[in-house]
Amino acid sequence: MSLIADAFTLVFIAAGIAFFAAGTLGLVRLPGTLSRIHALTKADNVGLALIVLGLLPQAASLLDAAKMVAVWLLAQLASGAVAQVMAEAMMTESKDIGDAPASGEDSR
Amino acid sequence: MNLVFDAVLCLLLLAGAMGVVATGAARPAVIAFIGYGLLLGLAWVRLAAVDVALTEIAIGSGISGVVLLRCVRALSATPKSSAPNRALRPLAAVVSIAIAVALGAAVLALPEPAPTRASDVAAALPATDLGNPVTGVLLVFRALDTLLEKVVLLLSLVGVWALSRDPACRGRPDPLSVEPAPAPSAFLARVLAPVGVLVGLYLLWAGADHPGGAFQSGAVLAAMGLLLVMGDQISIPATQSRGLRLMLLAGPFGFLAVGFAGWATAGVFLGYPPGAEKAVIIAVEVAITLSIAVTLGLIVLGPPAGEERS
Repeated sequence: MSLIADAFTLVFIAAGIAFFAAGTLGLVRLPGTLSRIHALTKADNVGLALIVLGLLPQAASLLDAAKMVAVWLLAQLASGAVAQVMAEAMMTESKDIGDAPASGEDSR
Repeated sequence: MNLVFDAVLCLLLLAGAMGVVATGAARPAVIAFIGYGLLLGLAWVRLAAVDVALTEIAIGSGISGVVLLRCVRALSATPKSSAPNRALRPLAAVVSIAIAVALGAAVLALPEPAPTRASDVAAALPATDLGNPVTGVLLVFRALDTLLEKVVLLLSLVGVWALSRDPACRGRPDPLSVEPAPAPSAFLARVLAPVGVLVGLYLLWAGADHPGGAFQSGAVLAAMGLLLVMGDQISIPATQSRGLRLMLLAGPFGFLAVGFAGWATAGVFLGYPPGAEKAVIIAVEVAITLSIAVTLGLIVLGPPAGEERS
């Protein structure tokens, strides 16, 4: 039983890391602020979800599992809202300056 | 495996520190500094100092980072200062390297095992009814340091308010943004702030027996207050408000009052009344958490803009 749980954990965490790597690659390589925010928030949310899912069988108690799910939900809420705010700020900024798109000002 | 993780973490810390110094512009440097603080928090977790990690991430990285970002925005209007003197640069490099070498030598010269009073703390902790030795050190064994720290924090707010155009420091700090808050900010404030306030209060309550305590709790509560301000959910308080100033003073002066009462109840300054140690310690923690939260929030908001004209 624990073998199955361990295999489940390994597979899901590996998938989560792959999503995080893809998100980071997108952050570094994609052109334009908007597509970078997109890559970062979408891919990282899925990556975090997969890692939390993978860790659930390893949780010592139901409370620990609930805490991990809560961390994922809060991270999803924060990253989604912050992405919207950043994108909006970037749109108004580029409208003010003219057509020049804001370059490489991503932060997390 | 752990050694690999620690080595990677150390290298990342060095790279992060270099990144802070090497980026020429102020804003990227501050952003790098925030990231560096998060890495430093991880390092403290690896050293099993969870209390320090929480404080580093909440204060060293979070609140300080926001204050620095606000400073950068305020400074961008001022003209660029001239480059440092060419002759001074090698001197600065030599002094910096000398300090780094001296610090390294001092760390390497520490006796093995390092001198520690941890066993004394562990032996005396049961008398305080606390389960977290860090809280024991902060509020009992080194209470004087904590008291002075609270006074320093208050003084730093006085320093910020001294920048006010109004000599009596009245009015509200300038709003963080002239435009109304974007809808996602308001949504985030409405949904996240209740959860965050709960987390902050939990950190305060858990501080007696687990990692956490007044400073971490105050930082989280301050962040939630700022989130509510950014989401236009609450208005920035006027600094002449009596309630606000009482909240600022509750921590340092409540602590000081308990300290003086110690002479009467326990025969020593900052002594706790025998039998009621835990209750008084918790009361002091609540008071200083309130003051820390309000002080940190007001430090981020900046100097008050003077009496309202309306």
